[in-house]
Amino acid sequence: MSLLAAIIAQTVRLGIRAGGGALVGLIFFLAVVAVVPFGVGPDLNLLSRIGPAILWIGVLLASLLGLERLFSADREDGSLDLYIASGEPIVLLVLGRAVGHWLATGLPIVVAAPVLGLMLNLSPVALGAVTLTLFAGSPALTFIGAVGAALTAGLQRGGMLIAVLVLPLSVPVLIFGVMATNGAVYDPDPFTAPFLILCAFSLGSAVLAPLAGALALRVAME
Amino acid sequence: MRQKPARPKKNAMSVVNQLANPTRFLSLSARILPWLAAASAAVLAIGLWLALFVAPPDYQQGDSVRIMFVHVPAAWLAMFCYTLMALSSIGSLVWRHPLADVSAKAAAPIGAAFTFLALFTGSVWGKPMWGTWWVWDARLTSVLVLFIMYLGLIALWRAFDDPGRAGRVAAVLTLVGFVNIPIIKFSVDWWNTLHQPASVMRLGGPTVHPSMLWPLLIMAVGFTLLFLTLHLAAMRTEIFRRRVRAAQMRAAVQPAASVGRAVAAHG
Amino acid sequence: MTHAGFILAAYLVSALVVGGLVAWIVLDGRAQKRKLAELEAEGIGRRGRGEGGT
Repeated sequence: MSLLAAIIAQTVRLGIRAGGGALVGLIFFLAVVAVVPFGVGPDLNLLSRIGPAILWIGVLLASLLGLERLFSADREDGSLDLYIASGEPIVLLVLGRAVGHWLATGLPIVVAAPVLGLMLNLSPVALGAVTLTLFAGSPALTFIGAVGAALTAGLQRGGMLIAVLVLPLSVPVLIFGVMATNGAVYDPDPFTAPFLILCAFSLGSAVLAPLAGALALRVAME
Repeated sequence: MRQKPARPKKNAMSVVNQLANPTRFLSLSARILPWLAAASAAVLAIGLWLALFVAPPDYQQGDSVRIMFVHVPAAWLAMFCYTLMALSSIGSLVWRHPLADVSAKAAAPIGAAFTFLALFTGSVWGKPMWGTWWVWDARLTSVLVLFIMYLGLIALWRAFDDPGRAGRVAAVLTLVGFVNIPIIKFSVDWWNTLHQPASVMRLGGPTVHPSMLWPLLIMAVGFTLLFLTLHLAAMRTEIFRRRVRAAQMRAAVQPAASVGRAVAAHG
Repeated sequence: MTHAGFILAAYLVSALVVGGLVAWIVLDGRAQKRKLAELEAEGIGRRGRGEGGT
């Protein structure tokens, strides 16, 4: 098994087990989506209009969970030191952890999104569109979050700080994700352009985030 | 050991290297600071007089156009400060310049303050001009994001005990966030925004009338001098803060008698 | 003058923010210099001076 595959597999295993964060993330996503109608009111027309945005925000917030532990455990038990000493590229570690985190935490949330969308009275077109855009855009959220996790690895209470650091950078993903979804649902709005930009964010961050994260881990270890 | 040249070359790198010594930087900045402060006060005074009394009211907006003379320089400086921090971050990570993260850390609160000013004065200008305190267009949203980034950077610095590590981690984040600066600059060109498009820094020259352009430019120069003054002063304070910390750490490993004296003195 | 309140608010808050920034930097600078002077007065100096220390 290649190093990258091994890291991904380990991250997924760690995420899925009890206390790993995958299940909690899913439940948190449900809680966030369920809370919004209480605040906004049960008007189904309103909910179906803002539904895609609620799901996107829920995914954004839920993906922040579990980021705190992404690299902290490696730092604390010394395996990060071992990894650096082994000479293997740190970018692989960051890439593997991010991909594993998305598989364990992000993907289940994306799968759950259309189910929760039913509670928000989304039309079938909207359900399909929001799931597609979430599938295309949630990797970007995870990769950007991985950079935040790398920057704060080793801090005691890095969790909320990660959110503050990551949210400004996630705003463009959110904007284009909702824009693409609305583009699929409402006629004059474009779908293809925002969707392609969303894909570009995911692909681009998959390349840039490991670089930035590796640099962050390296300077944090000095 | 490199051989010392007969006459040291005076170029930009040698100047930067000379400034790398914090003690030398402190003595140089101590001499420059009063002049910088006086210059910024003078230019700002002239600029304020021009802005409030000499510049004509706009034929559309009336006197509220005078808010531009504070709003635009504040916005320019908000971006200039982040650019300076990004350059300092490169100096930190690539060249390990000793004063690079001092420069970045000192700049952050100043940049945050100017960004807040840009947002506030813009909002106060927007109400009479557009009829709304705020709108989620590309320019305002990206400047708000810049403000949150400044706050995040300040929080990141405070999260680490060791200022050296804090500086390096913050440097990475600063560079990652630099993508926002061109977005702010070109947001009014790329998107259909309520905020007006560029009227000064554009190809083809400014479209602002000279009677308003001159006060604007003078206020911008004044604000820039003010920023440099504050930045230099804050860098000095940061150097002192690190020396205090180093001295306190040294005191902590000293024999008990002197520690007892130190504790009694600090009360 | 039309919109006098808005113009006043803009300039006043600007003055306050700039003034607050100047005050904070000046006071913070003085506090650090004072602390350093106190520590040095106790003989906890920079490299090479003071007792003990690593």
